[in-house]
Amino acid sequence: MAFFLTLPLILLIALFVLYPAFYSMHLATLNKSMQKFVGLGNFTFLFKRDTFWMVVRQSCIFAITAVFFKALMGFIVAHFVHNLPAKGQRKWRGMLLVPWVIPPAMSTLAWLWLFDPSYSAFNYTLSFFGVGPIPWLGDTFWARFSVILVNVWYGAPFFMIMYLAALKSVPDQLYEAAAIDGANWWQRIWYVTLPMMRNIIAITTLFSLIVTFANFDIVRILTSGGPLDSTHLFATWAFQVGIQSSDIPLGACVSLFMVPILAVAAIFILRDVNKRGNEA
Amino acid sequence: MSTLAIDKGGPTRKIKYRSMSRDRTWALRWSYFFLVLFAIFSLIPPIYMLITSLKSSAEISAATNPWWVFHPTLANYVELLTSNQFLRFFWNSAIVSIVVVFVTMLISIPAAFALARMKFWGSTTLATGVFLTYLIPDSLLFIPLFKMLAVLQDLTGITLLNRWYVLLFIYPTLTVPFCTWIMIGYFASIPKELDEAALIDGASWLQTLTRIFIPVALPGLIAATIFAFTVSWAQFLYPLVFTTSIDQLVLPVGITTTLIKGDVFNWGQIMTGALLGAAPPLIIYAFLMDYYIAGLTAGATKG
Repeated sequence: MAFFLTLPLILLIALFVLYPAFYSMHLATLNKSMQKFVGLGNFTFLFKRDTFWMVVRQSCIFAITAVFFKALMGFIVAHFVHNLPAKGQRKWRGMLLVPWVIPPAMSTLAWLWLFDPSYSAFNYTLSFFGVGPIPWLGDTFWARFSVILVNVWYGAPFFMIMYLAALKSVPDQLYEAAAIDGANWWQRIWYVTLPMMRNIIAITTLFSLIVTFANFDIVRILTSGGPLDSTHLFATWAFQVGIQSSDIPLGACVSLFMVPILAVAAIFILRDVNKRGNEA
Repeated sequence: MSTLAIDKGGPTRKIKYRSMSRDRTWALRWSYFFLVLFAIFSLIPPIYMLITSLKSSAEISAATNPWWVFHPTLANYVELLTSNQFLRFFWNSAIVSIVVVFVTMLISIPAAFALARMKFWGSTTLATGVFLTYLIPDSLLFIPLFKMLAVLQDLTGITLLNRWYVLLFIYPTLTVPFCTWIMIGYFASIPKELDEAALIDGASWLQTLTRIFIPVALPGLIAATIFAFTVSWAQFLYPLVFTTSIDQLVLPVGITTTLIKGDVFNWGQIMTGALLGAAPPLIIYAFLMDYYIAGLTAGATKG
């Protein structure tokens, strides 16, 4: 009985998630025309390419920097919202969550227009402060900066909401006790808030690490990996190699390189989620 | 009496007590100040979309103050909303998202019911597996799925690539695991006494599900529905890979590929399209914000 109720779910996961996952490993061992088995040939080919190592480095820089700033911004904003009187919180929370609600492909188009080389609204504004036109997407450093900025803009509200929920669950008595002991605001955050929120911070960060590491939309629309492949992530590079240049095995191989990092993050999340489940 | 006296003489170190209420007022002012900054940062792109969408191409290329509309016009909206191509994208997106929501619910509600209430062989493994599937990103599977569909198309002779309806089979892989996961949590929080009472009254499991579980867990159901809809509406990678003909595209892919013609960017129309594409999730969010947030925070909790 119970088995039949879960059968559609099992079929869905088996056919469209598990099978493709194993199929991907099979594909990665074929040559470009997919007729010959080349073993680990694609992997050794990738190891010899500078672009591949650049993608590895850029993916790590992108994911770590973006997640760090998302977490930091989310934490700060959550505190400010939490400080407000309960009545006004809803309105602010509603406004600050808007970036998360807009489909990323649509909002990235707005950023692309804000970064436009000749009509950039940012450069127009900055010119009043005497700051020269910034090549937002044309220069390697600025392009990397821009994709991280857009990702932080998109992802910080998620952290804000998670932290806000966690902040509300910290009992007031703890802060009262800390205040009686003469703790200043920094000590209250360090000794009360952070330990109480440790678990939710860990889960949120790991979640975000997975999503950010596997990001596609923002980089694809903003830079398509340019200039000179310097902003490519695994996902966008796999798309370019596998779909646009139709070298499916090599593309499959590129995206498989995401697996180790995703797996480590997933194991930690599972541990933390189970811990949370047992606490509750 | 004597203890009171001792307490009064007690503290020897000098603590500077400031007025609590004055501290709070300043904390509040700083909070508002920074929140205004953050709100501006958050709202710049959508507001800029709106500003640009009200401009004519002539005004955009004249490079006047980008933050102000001097000659507001609805021409971009009229043009897009009367263009068959754009309406086609919108229609494709709407039909795909709505069907996916139904498919998702049909799969995940019974599965969550079984996983929350019936203990069977492998049920805990399956629940963990569902959660792990939720963590698998779309960018990991698009290449094998593409090849899989191509092979399947050759085997069966049914056209699968470049057809919007394959998205109906692919999108649930993104929505079902999360919806099942949060529905397990909502169902598990329903007291056992309720379904025992139903059982004693002679209800079948189907009646227990439709008369007890679904009504009681309705907030969770709404949160899951919103999640499934917004994920399907926003999905960009799969339709970009699986569909190419103009009449098969969904909105996000349609706007990014057709409105950008070579190096000619018609920014007024692109921003109008992007705003119209962002409208359905934004409208849902405006009315059902609390459910939206409940769904968002439920993902990281178990049971």
